[in-house]
Amino acid sequence: MNARDTILARIREALRVPAPLPHLKSRNAQAAAVPAAAGGHAGLTVLPLDVATPWLPDGGDSPAEQLQLLTENLEKLRATVVQVADAQAAAEYVARLAHDRGWGRVAYHDHSLVGPLAAALPCETYRVDAPACDKRALESCDAGITTCEALISQTGSLLVSSATGGGRGLSILPHVHVVVATLDQIVPTLGDALHQAKERHAGRLPSMLSFITGPSRTGDIERILVLGAHGPKELFVILVG
Amino acid sequence: MIAHPSDLPRLAKKKFLHDAAEHVRDTSHRSFVRKALGGYYTSRDTQKARFRDWEQARDAASLAKWSAVNRLDELLPRFVANFEANGGQVHWARTAEEARDIVLNLLRAAKAKAVIKSKCMTSEEIHLNAAMEEDGYGVVESDLGEFIQQLRGEPPYHFVFPCMHVRRDEISDLFQKNLGTAPTDSPEELTMIARRHMRQLYVDADVGITGANFLVAETGQISITENEGNARLTAALPRVHIAISGIEKVVEHLDDLAVLLPMLATAGAGQPMTCYNTLYAGPRKDGECDGPEEMHLVLLDNQRTAILADPEQRDSLHCIRCGACLNVCPIFKNVGGFTYGTTYQGPIGSVITPHLRGLADWNHLSGASSLCGACTDACPVRIDIHHHLLHNRRNAARTAPSRWERLGHKLFVMVARRPWLFATGGAVFRKTLGLVKAVRPPLVRNWLATRDLPAAPEKSFRAEWRSRKDDILHERS
Repeated sequence: MNARDTILARIREALRVPAPLPHLKSRNAQAAAVPAAAGGHAGLTVLPLDVATPWLPDGGDSPAEQLQLLTENLEKLRATVVQVADAQAAAEYVARLAHDRGWGRVAYHDHSLVGPLAAALPCETYRVDAPACDKRALESCDAGITTCEALISQTGSLLVSSATGGGRGLSILPHVHVVVATLDQIVPTLGDALHQAKERHAGRLPSMLSFITGPSRTGDIERILVLGAHGPKELFVILVG
Repeated sequence: MIAHPSDLPRLAKKKFLHDAAEHVRDTSHRSFVRKALGGYYTSRDTQKARFRDWEQARDAASLAKWSAVNRLDELLPRFVANFEANGGQVHWARTAEEARDIVLNLLRAAKAKAVIKSKCMTSEEIHLNAAMEEDGYGVVESDLGEFIQQLRGEPPYHFVFPCMHVRRDEISDLFQKNLGTAPTDSPEELTMIARRHMRQLYVDADVGITGANFLVAETGQISITENEGNARLTAALPRVHIAISGIEKVVEHLDDLAVLLPMLATAGAGQPMTCYNTLYAGPRKDGECDGPEEMHLVLLDNQRTAILADPEQRDSLHCIRCGACLNVCPIFKNVGGFTYGTTYQGPIGSVITPHLRGLADWNHLSGASSLCGACTDACPVRIDIHHHLLHNRRNAARTAPSRWERLGHKLFVMVARRPWLFATGGAVFRKTLGLVKAVRPPLVRNWLATRDLPAAPEKSFRAEWRSRKDDILHERS
C-alpha cells in the first residue's frame, strides 16, 4: 500500500471506536452537538456562525457603530486611520504623505480607487500588475498602495486578496502599506468577511486571501512589542466617503 | 522520530530529571521567563474580556475541532480533492523519514539554490533542517525567534515564543558575531537588523517552506497564522511553495475560522487577531501578477493516527498549537522549555510526546505536572490536558509496571492480609520513623529533599480505636 492508502486506512480503523463529546459548558452548544453526534457524525453546519457569533467580540450593529469600532481597533493596533470626503481628498493625503516621507518610488495596482492616488503622487510609481510583478522592482519601493475586499470592525482587520489587491507581494514587501477603501466595505465580523469572500469568488478562489490586523509585529525579543518585523512597519487605512 | 537509542534505556528521563533540577536552581532564568510571560497574562485577559462569552466561544471552537477530527476519514480526502482542484499537489508521509525524503526530492526537482523557511513546528518534529544541511541545502529561518535559535544552534524553547529565554544582550552579541552588526540593547534595533538581513534572502530564495495552522476541507485552502509577515513573504516571492502539515489540522468549514482565528490569537498571545492570517488556495492563478508557480503540501502522519485510535485521548489532536497551556504551566515556568527534550513542550507536549515517541521512554513527562489543571482551563479548544497526563500514567503502569512498584504492592498485600504482621510492622515503623528522618537512607533521600516527614503517633489507629471505641459509640447513640 502506498502512503496515502496506509494513512487513510489507519484513520478509518482508528475512528471505528467513537470518542465522547467534549465537556461543553453551554446548553446551546450541547443542543447543537448532541443530535448531530447521534446522527453518526458531527455535522455541525449551523454551529460556527449562527450559534457562535453572539459569543465572539462585538462587531457593532449600525454602520456608525461599526465605523467607530473599526477605527478604535485599528488605532489600538497602531495603524493610522483617515476618513476623507472623496477620491480627490484621498489622493491629496497620500501625495502629502509621499512628500513628507520623501518616498522615491511607490508600488500600486490597477483599481478604480487606487489609480487616481498613484497618478497624483509626486514620485516615481511602479504598477505591479502590468502584467506581472518583478519582485526586485517591488522590493525597491518605499510604499505599496492597495485596495481591500473588506474591513472587519470586530477585530480591526482588513481582508486583501491576490485577485483584487495586486497579488501577494504588494501588501507585504514594501515598508509602508496604504489601503484605500470605501465605507460600505466595512463588515461587522470575520464570519461576514469570509462569507462574502466565498460568494464573491465562488468556484474560483484567489490563490491568497489574507486578513491583515495592524502593521507587522513581533514580540520575540523579551516579549517586547516591535512593529515592522518583516512586513510593513506602518499601515495607513484611508476610508473614502 | 526515534530520538533515543534503545541501548540507553530511560536516557530521556535521566536527562529530564537532571535538567529540571538544574533549571529550578537557576533563579535568574526563572524570573526572566516569568517576567517575559507577565505581559501575556494582562493582554490575554484584556482580549478575553472583549469576547461576549469566552466559555461559549470555547465550546464552539472545541466542537469545530471535535467534529473535524472525528470525521477525518471523510474530511481529509475532501480537503485533498479541493486542494488539488485549486492546483496544489499533495504528498503523503507516514513517517518523519518519508516527509524528509519528500521535501528533499522536491528541492532537487526545483533545483533549489536558496531556501527560506517560516516557522513550522512539523519541520522541527521531522528534523528537516539537519536533513537539508546534510544534503547541501542552506536554509534560513525567517521568523525572528527561529532565526535567533538557528544562529544559537538550539531548538525552540517554546513552540510559539522560540527564544523567550534569551536576553537582548545575548542577541546583540549573537548578531555582532554572525552578522557583524554594532552592539545595541534595543529590541527595536535588533529586530531591524534581522529585517535588513532577511530582505534580500526572501527575494533571492527559489523555494519557500511554511507550516499550516488549518486545512479547510470545504474550500481546499490552507490557513497560516503569523505576526511578522515572514510567512506571507515566504509564500509570495519564491518560485515554489512547500507547506508541511499534520493530518489533524483539518476543519470542515471556512466559517470555523471565524471562531478559531481570534481564539488562537487571544489564548496564545493575548491579541485580538494575529497580524497575518492567510488562506492559500494553490499556486498563482491566471490573472494574478505574482505568487509561486508550484504549491506542494506534505501531509504528515508520524503517529498521529495512533493518537486518533485512542478515543480517550483523541481530543489531544484538537490542539491548535496556541501555546496557552505552556504559558500558564507552573512546571514549564520552573523547569524551562529545553528540559522537556521534545518538539512540543509543556503540558500538551507531555500528553502527545509519549504517543509520538513511545510511552516507555517518555512516560516521565506524565509526572511533569502538578495536576493543577491550569492547562485544561487555558485550552481554547477544551482538551482535557491534565487528565490525559493521568491517563498516560495509568497506561504506562498497565503496560510496563516498574519492578519496585510491583514488589511494593506484593509486599503490602502480604502484610495487609495478616493482622499480626500488620500490627508488628506498624509498631516497627512508628519506632523507626524518627531514625529514617535522621539517617536519610538513599532510598528515601530524594523524597525527603523536598518534603518533611510528620512525627509518628504514639499509638496505632487500631490501638486508639480500641481504647476510645466505647465513648465514641456512646456519644453517637
